[in-house]
Amino acid sequence: MSMKLSTRQVDGVTIVDCSGRITLGEGSVMMRDTVRDLLAKGNKKIILNLDEVNYIDSSGIGELVSAFTTTKNQGGELKLLHLTKKVHDLLQITKLYTVFDVKEDETAAVKAFK
Amino acid sequence: MEQSLSYILDSTLETVDRAEENATRIATELGFAEDEVMQISMAVREGAVNAVLHGNAYAPDKKVTLAFEHTPEDLVITIRDQGKGIDLGTIPNPLAPENLLKTSGRGIFLMRSFMDVVEIRPSQTGTEIKLIKHVRGPSAGGKEGSQ
Repeated sequence: MSMKLSTRQVDGVTIVDCSGRITLGEGSVMMRDTVRDLLAKGNKKIILNLDEVNYIDSSGIGELVSAFTTTKNQGGELKLLHLTKKVHDLLQITKLYTVFDVKEDETAAVKAFK
Repeated sequence: MEQSLSYILDSTLETVDRAEENATRIATELGFAEDEVMQISMAVREGAVNAVLHGNAYAPDKKVTLAFEHTPEDLVITIRDQGKGIDLGTIPNPLAPENLLKTSGRGIFLMRSFMDVVEIRPSQTGTEIKLIKHVRGPSAGGKEGSQ
């Protein structure tokens, strides 16, 4: 299953619903382009909803890191929502789980923005 | 699967996907548990990325060799490229605090995390990565057996 992304606005926060695979190639490029496009348009409160991401490789992990740091460097904030077990385990293994702001509840995630 | 299978593949992204698909199919056929299948397929994907991207650098005249061999004890996967060979001494530890926010450099770490043995042999004519997963359960290896 290839990567699919769609965005929606909730109380001034942009939620990016992601599904499929974030892997080297199309999936990583889509993620990068979407986040850059949001930031360029001034949307600096971003939640990546990974509820339906069933696979991620090292390139995909790198893309999550890139999205996080790019947003932060532009004065924004990016959170991750609804990690699947596979993604959760990968972020644990790579010690990135505590680097990202990971949320389990969408309403709480939206409210958590400063 | 037969006792051994090998493929010669182009240096393309399709090869990465194909390597992963073959690993998933073969590990499943051999009876590895679901989480082990995921680990094997991910390690093979990372090895194939390494060969295509970092080894052969997508060069159309360079090939990737992917081989699967199974014994009663192990599934052994070998991935060879025709690049210049990687310098293992220059690969930073992705878990070091100063490297955590780097956007690359986790492939070999993930291979080592998911497989029982990872051997990397760089040379001037390419790099060979050998990934080994031990057969643990009575059903893995495609055999029925007693405890």
